[in-house]
Amino acid sequence: MADKTVTLEIKRQASPDDVAVWETFELEWRPGMNVVSAMMEVAANPVTKDGRPTTPITYDSNCLEEICGSCAMRINGKARMACSSLVDNLEQPIKVEPLSKFPLVRDLQVDRSVLFENLKAVKAWVPIDGTYDLGSGPRVFPQQQEVSYPLSNCISCTCCMEVCPQFNEETGFVGAATLAQVKLFNDHPTGKVLKEERLRALAGDGGIQECGFAQNCVEVCPKQLPLTNAISDLGREVLLQQVKDALRG
Amino acid sequence: MASPRIIVVGGGLAGLAATIKIAEAGGVVELFSIVPVKRSHSVCAQGGINAAKNLKGEGDTTAKHFDDTIYGGDFLANQSPVKAMCDAAPAIIDLLDRMGVPFNRTPEGLLDFRRFGGTLYNRTAFAGATTGQQLLYALDEQVRRHESEGKVKKYEGWEFLSAVLDSNGVARGITALDLRTMELRSFAADAIILATGGNGALFGKSTNSVVCTGSAQSAIYQQGAYYANGEFIQVHPTCIPGEDKLRLMSESARGEGGRVWVPRKLNDARPVKQIPEADRWYFLEEWYPKYGNLVPRDVATRAIHKVVYEHGLGIDGQPMVYLDLTHIDRATLNRKLEGILEIYEKFVGVDPRDYPMKIFPGMHYTMGGLWVDFNQMTNIPGIFAAGEAEYQYHGANRLGANSLLSCIYGGFQSGPNALAYAKNLPAAEGDGGHAAELKRQSEINGALMSNQGNENPFKLWRELGQTMTEHATVIRYNKGLKQADEKIVELLDRYKKVNLSDRSQWANTSFAFTRQLKNMLELSRVVVQGALLRDESRGAHYKPDFPDRNDEKFLKTTKAAFTASGPRFEMEEVDTQHIKPRPRRYDAAS
Repeated sequence: MADKTVTLEIKRQASPDDVAVWETFELEWRPGMNVVSAMMEVAANPVTKDGRPTTPITYDSNCLEEICGSCAMRINGKARMACSSLVDNLEQPIKVEPLSKFPLVRDLQVDRSVLFENLKAVKAWVPIDGTYDLGSGPRVFPQQQEVSYPLSNCISCTCCMEVCPQFNEETGFVGAATLAQVKLFNDHPTGKVLKEERLRALAGDGGIQECGFAQNCVEVCPKQLPLTNAISDLGREVLLQQVKDALRG
Repeated sequence: MASPRIIVVGGGLAGLAATIKIAEAGGVVELFSIVPVKRSHSVCAQGGINAAKNLKGEGDTTAKHFDDTIYGGDFLANQSPVKAMCDAAPAIIDLLDRMGVPFNRTPEGLLDFRRFGGTLYNRTAFAGATTGQQLLYALDEQVRRHESEGKVKKYEGWEFLSAVLDSNGVARGITALDLRTMELRSFAADAIILATGGNGALFGKSTNSVVCTGSAQSAIYQQGAYYANGEFIQVHPTCIPGEDKLRLMSESARGEGGRVWVPRKLNDARPVKQIPEADRWYFLEEWYPKYGNLVPRDVATRAIHKVVYEHGLGIDGQPMVYLDLTHIDRATLNRKLEGILEIYEKFVGVDPRDYPMKIFPGMHYTMGGLWVDFNQMTNIPGIFAAGEAEYQYHGANRLGANSLLSCIYGGFQSGPNALAYAKNLPAAEGDGGHAAELKRQSEINGALMSNQGNENPFKLWRELGQTMTEHATVIRYNKGLKQADEKIVELLDRYKKVNLSDRSQWANTSFAFTRQLKNMLELSRVVVQGALLRDESRGAHYKPDFPDRNDEKFLKTTKAAFTASGPRFEMEEVDTQHIKPRPRRYDAAS
């Protein structure tokens, strides 16, 4: 073994019905190593620190440059992307666990499809007439683009949902990521045609009222989305919509 | 008759573009993807998308875009489809704009454009430096809308294994594996569109995402589809070397004024910012005064290679050169390039606004791919291909910011064409070959799961990557290519002794990977042998022993057909009816 090593403790669970166990791996340190590259090493040599053969670790990953949103997990207790978690910046042993708020599939893999369902429920799209040539799009000034673009950077990693105290089965809260997308599309010159529908979808149980403003979301977001600003703006608008709807009877 | 059933495999830009067109025309799509489609590799594209909108008063035209693309591709691309793509580009940008892509804007609120490699015009629309992500999201949102209306059914977390072919060799569906339950199933379809991306994994480390293995393309190549121009692999000049992958540093860094240089003196001990201008060698600007840092990628890559390996001037003797943005003010950098600067900062730990980046070329893009006709159909009736998975828009070298365009354009073509084909398809005889194909796949799976041996699939893959990178990237020699092919044959033999350390029937990622590995090995032979046959230099394919382009012999598409003993090759004439081939010289003032 080389002089410098890296130790990882990884929580393993063969299936949702199995019990979780921890396995420790000791690997040769390499410059620039991150948690995903460490797990690739394990796959090429699936043996625990105490010499016991095991299986490669199941986890989601794809781009490895923090833009696809796949590899979110808990690393040393914090929800973050494994690919951008450089080993040199982490205290060892590095403890790696799956996200805790989503149904477990296997090892570090969880099912986060709830986010995509939520995006469907709030109609997070611009309802264009069709893809045929209808000429140029609406004029958008750079000042507006600079507000929209950061919201459009959401990679659907669900870290904001993992750390939210209100995101659980009891509340059914949609979570910050979905709210940010509502803000994005409500601000769009064409997307705003569905604004009222989106606001109504966020009224009531599981909607924006569930937010307790703990602000964990904005702290953990790897893409620094202005989540709390988006939520407070939306909160007002949802309320206004409710009042309007009540007056209309 | 009932509405035709179309299967789209792959949920990147090309697959989503095809899906939208079919749904819009009233068809129903079953969309298969290994990852949730929003996590597809298209998100990694950074710099922008080309269209000759001429919003900068430069006199740009779609004809010039067409010429730049053909010339940049060293005349290997069939010209008619490229011309049609360039003509369609401005309307595609408008459409994306209408879908809500947050493109950067001019003060007047119009689309902003920047320069990219291989052109002298500001032709590239962009959304910061995360354009691929923004484009993919726009299409993903439109597909989600169609999905909510019941026109699209997604199979995310399913991997394509093979096509189902009837007794006449006509496609009747696919087989696929549920990556969670490991269930093998066949799905009926009247037409199939493969939009499964590039094959970076053949090279071990590349700028590509984990899913870009070329496995699907290889599977249907082994079922009889031609694979075209496999030897043309783009090595991007500016990547961040890494343990797990090579991270792209977008061409837009140079488009916004980034300069590539090395210290004139090896092992210059001064801190980088204290090296005066006179002691810096801006070799691209010196060698290519007209295009400067924005020469096409193959040209820039070879130049960096030469400076490092022939002049011996890599930084600190290492294979690296500087890509310098520090002369540009921070506000401009943040407005136009923030996404990529963050990547560098996060993965290297140095702020590129303050210090020049250290970069080196890395495998990036697959110009070759499944052979298709001008309707995007492969030679297997009913199987279409679009995006990086097919070969037809980039010739011997792709220009930056043309890939997002070709993905969307190819998707838009393949969707309606597949639908039209499917409407005229006679019903299958019997079960259309489903039972036989399911049985074949089930036997492969069973054999792999119970295989006894001592070879670790991930280690075999590393050996493949090393040999491919060494012999089949920037500089190619016939001797090395032969060695590489022998190595692949050895790996195919050792593959027979592959041992899965995981034999479970639940979310078994090693199993899925090992199936892909077989396909990677077969496809690697196409790349290596295609390169071996092409005794000339053209675009990204460079042989020092044959330094010139040879139009007489090689102005031809390479077509590989699978046989049990390896690929068999044919050559096909290239459509050059619009622009007469001329020498490709970026150093001259032509």
